Amino acid sequence: MRNGRSHSNDSRPLLLANARVIDPSRGADFHGDVFLADGVVKDAGFGIAAAGIPDGAEVVDCAGAVVAPGLVDMRAFVGEPGAEHRETLASASHAAAAGGVTTIICQPDTDPAVDDPAIVDFILRRARDTAVVRVHPMAAITKGLEGHEMTEIGLLQAAGAVAFTDGHKSIMNAQVLRRALTYARDFDALLVHHTEDASMSQGAMNEGAFASRLGLSGNPKAAETIILERDVRLVGAARSRYHAAALTCAESLEVLERAKAAGLPVTASVSINHLSFNELDIGAYRTYFRLAPPLRGEEDRQALIRALASGLLDVVVSDHLPQDVEGKRLPFSEAEPGAIGLETLLSAALRLVHSDQVDLVNLLAALSTRPAQILGLDAGTLRPGAAGDVIVFDPGMPYVLDPRSLKSRCRNTPFDEARLDGRVLRTVVAGRTVYEYV
Amino acid sequence: MQDPSAFTLSGRDLIGIEGLSAGEITGLLDLAEEFVELNRQIEKKRTTLRGRTQINLFFEASTRTQSSFEIAGKRLGADVMNMSVASSSVKKGETLIDTAITLNAMHPDILVVRHHASGAVALLARKVDCCVVNAGDGAHEHPTQALLDALTIRRNKGRIQGLTVAICGDVLHSRVARSNIALLNTMGAKVRVVAPSTLLPSGVESLGVEVFRTMEAGLEGADIVMMLRLQRERMAGSFIPSVKEYFHYFGLDEAKLRYAAPDALVMHPGPMNRGVEIDSAIADGAQSLIREQVEMGVAVRMAVLDSLARKLPNA
Repeated sequence: MRNGRSHSNDSRPLLLANARVIDPSRGADFHGDVFLADGVVKDAGFGIAAAGIPDGAEVVDCAGAVVAPGLVDMRAFVGEPGAEHRETLASASHAAAAGGVTTIICQPDTDPAVDDPAIVDFILRRARDTAVVRVHPMAAITKGLEGHEMTEIGLLQAAGAVAFTDGHKSIMNAQVLRRALTYARDFDALLVHHTEDASMSQGAMNEGAFASRLGLSGNPKAAETIILERDVRLVGAARSRYHAAALTCAESLEVLERAKAAGLPVTASVSINHLSFNELDIGAYRTYFRLAPPLRGEEDRQALIRALASGLLDVVVSDHLPQDVEGKRLPFSEAEPGAIGLETLLSAALRLVHSDQVDLVNLLAALSTRPAQILGLDAGTLRPGAAGDVIVFDPGMPYVLDPRSLKSRCRNTPFDEARLDGRVLRTVVAGRTVYEYV
Repeated sequence: MQDPSAFTLSGRDLIGIEGLSAGEITGLLDLAEEFVELNRQIEKKRTTLRGRTQINLFFEASTRTQSSFEIAGKRLGADVMNMSVASSSVKKGETLIDTAITLNAMHPDILVVRHHASGAVALLARKVDCCVVNAGDGAHEHPTQALLDALTIRRNKGRIQGLTVAICGDVLHSRVARSNIALLNTMGAKVRVVAPSTLLPSGVESLGVEVFRTMEAGLEGADIVMMLRLQRERMAGSFIPSVKEYFHYFGLDEAKLRYAAPDALVMHPGPMNRGVEIDSAIADGAQSLIREQVEMGVAVRMAVLDSLARKLPNA
C-alpha cells in the first residue's frame, strides 16, 4: 500500500486513546481506547492507555471523537478496467479513505466486465499495488452482463469475487436468474441484484406529478417492486442468498418485510442518496440528481429511514458512480445517471443521527458490521484479532462540501456545497494510517 | 391600461409560461395586438431590432414555428439566421453546450431554440449572454404557442377568465398542453384535459386540470376545444391500439363537437393529422380558429422578441 504519510510508521503499533469507542458488532458504545498492532485490533476497552503505553506505539489522543470499525461500502463503481478517466482503483481508494471507507466492494460493470477470473485477479493485483484501502470485486452473474449466460461462479469465487451482480442491470429473464440462484447455492455465493424492470425504466426520473410538470418520462415504482417480488419467489424456491442492491420505495419494503418474515435468506441495501434526497431535489433539471434507480417522493425517503432504523434495511451503500462532465452537462433525459458518494457517505449518513431518526450504533452497523457479515469479510468489528481497519471521526464537526476538494476523479456529487456535520479525522487500514484530516 | 410599447418582461429569457404573471401575459398579448394590425398592412416593417442578430437554433424539425419566428424577427428589422440540426455540427457529435458556447461567441442578441429534450433550452440559456426564447423543449414547454392560443381566444371571446377550455388528445407528449395549462390557469380559465388514460401524464390533476376520459363528458359545455396532435413519432410502446380506434373515441367530429357549447371554437396547434385527431370538416369549418392561430403566431412572436430586446444592453 502506498501512502506518503504512513510509510514511516508502517509497523508502529497505534493507540487511539480517550475515544468514544463504538463497536456495532457487539452493540458497544463506551469511553475508552483502541489498540492496534501487527495489522490487527489487539484490544478495545477501558483503561488500555492508563495501563501503560506499549513500547514504540504511536499514541493519538482522540479527545472524545468516535473510534469505530472502518466502513464497508457494498456498492461502488470503480472505472478500472476500461473507464480510468472516471475513476481508478487508486483515486477511488483515496476518496474512500477520506470518507472513512476501509473496504470498497467494486462493481463488475467495467469494460471488459468482471466475468472472467483473470479480471478478478487483475483488479486484486491492481488494488494491492495502487489502492490505500481494501478492495474486493464483485463478479458478474451473467457473461458480459447481458442477462443470458451464467458466469463461472465457482471459479470467480475462488479467484476472489466476494459476490455476484450484474451491476446496474436487472436480469430480465427469470429462468436465467433462477438457474443462477440455484447454482450459486452450491457455492454459498451471494447474488446482489439491481431491481428495476428494464421495460418500465426507460424514463429519466420517478414517475409522478413532478415528472409530468418537468415534461420528463418517468419510471414507476412498480418497475422495482415487480422485480423484487419475482426475485423473492425465486429465492423461495432456490433458497440461496440474495441481496437487493438498492431499494427506493415503501412498496419494496413491504415485499422485503414479507420475505424476511418468511425466513428467506434475503437482505437489502439502500443508497445514501435515497436516504438524503427526494425527487424534488432535481429542481430545474439538475443532472447530479439523475440516479438509477431514481429518487422517489419524500414519503418513500421517510419510509426508507424508518426501515433503516428498524433494521429491515440491512446496509447503507454509497452507490458511488463517477460520471465526467461530458456525461452530466447534458439535458436531463440525456445525462448519465449516478452520483459519487464514497467520500461523503459517513457525513451524509450522520444527518440521520443528528435528526434523531437513526441511532449512531445502528447506523454504523449498517455501514460496516452488516455488510461485512453478509459478504463474509473480516471487517466491521473491533473484536481482538479482527483486521485493523478503524476510523476516527468527529460526528459533529461542521463543514461545507467543496467539490474541488474531493479526491474522486469526477465531481458529480449531489452534496455540492451542502452543509454537512461530521468529519472523518483518521482512517486506518490494517493498522496503518492511510488518511488524516489536517 | 399600461402603454404596450413600453412593456418589458421581468426575465432576460422566455423559457416557459410557468413563472410569468397574469400581468406579463396580458402585457404580451396587448403588445401582440399592435403587431396584428401591423401585419395586416402593406408596410409591415419595423426597425426595433435593427442591428440585432437573431439565430433560430432548431434541434428538432419545424416548419411553422421556425418560419413564424423568422418572419417575426425580420419584420422587426433583425438579421435572422436559421440553423437546423440536419446541417450542423451537432450531428458530428458536438454537445448542446459546445454549440451554445460557439454561437455565443458570434454575439447574437436573441437565440430562439427548439430541442427534443425537456429542460435543454434552460440549460443552454445558462451558458449564453443573449436572450433565449424557448421554441419548444421536449414535453416541457412551448410558451409562444400558449401565448398565440391565448391571443386567439381573447380576440374571439373577448376574455380568457371564466372560459371552459377542453384540451384533448395526446397530453402525455405535449409541451403545448403544459404551456397552455399553465397560461389558462394563470389567466383564470377552467381547464379540462380529455384523453385515454395512457396518454395522460401521471398526476396530471396536480397541474390544475379536471380530467375526463371521454369526449362526451369532457366537451360538455366547453367554450374552447383545443385539439392536440397525436405524436405518432413518440408512440413506441403501445399507447393506443390503432389510429382508427383513436379517431373513433377521441377524434373531433361534428357529433362530438355538439357536446360543447353552441358557440364553441376549435383550435389545433398544428400540424394536423386529419382523420386522426380531427375531422377535416371541423378543421376547415366555421367554428375553426386554426388559420387565425397561425396569423396570431407571428404577432405574438414579434411581441416576445420586441419586449425581450428592450432589455438588451444598448437598447
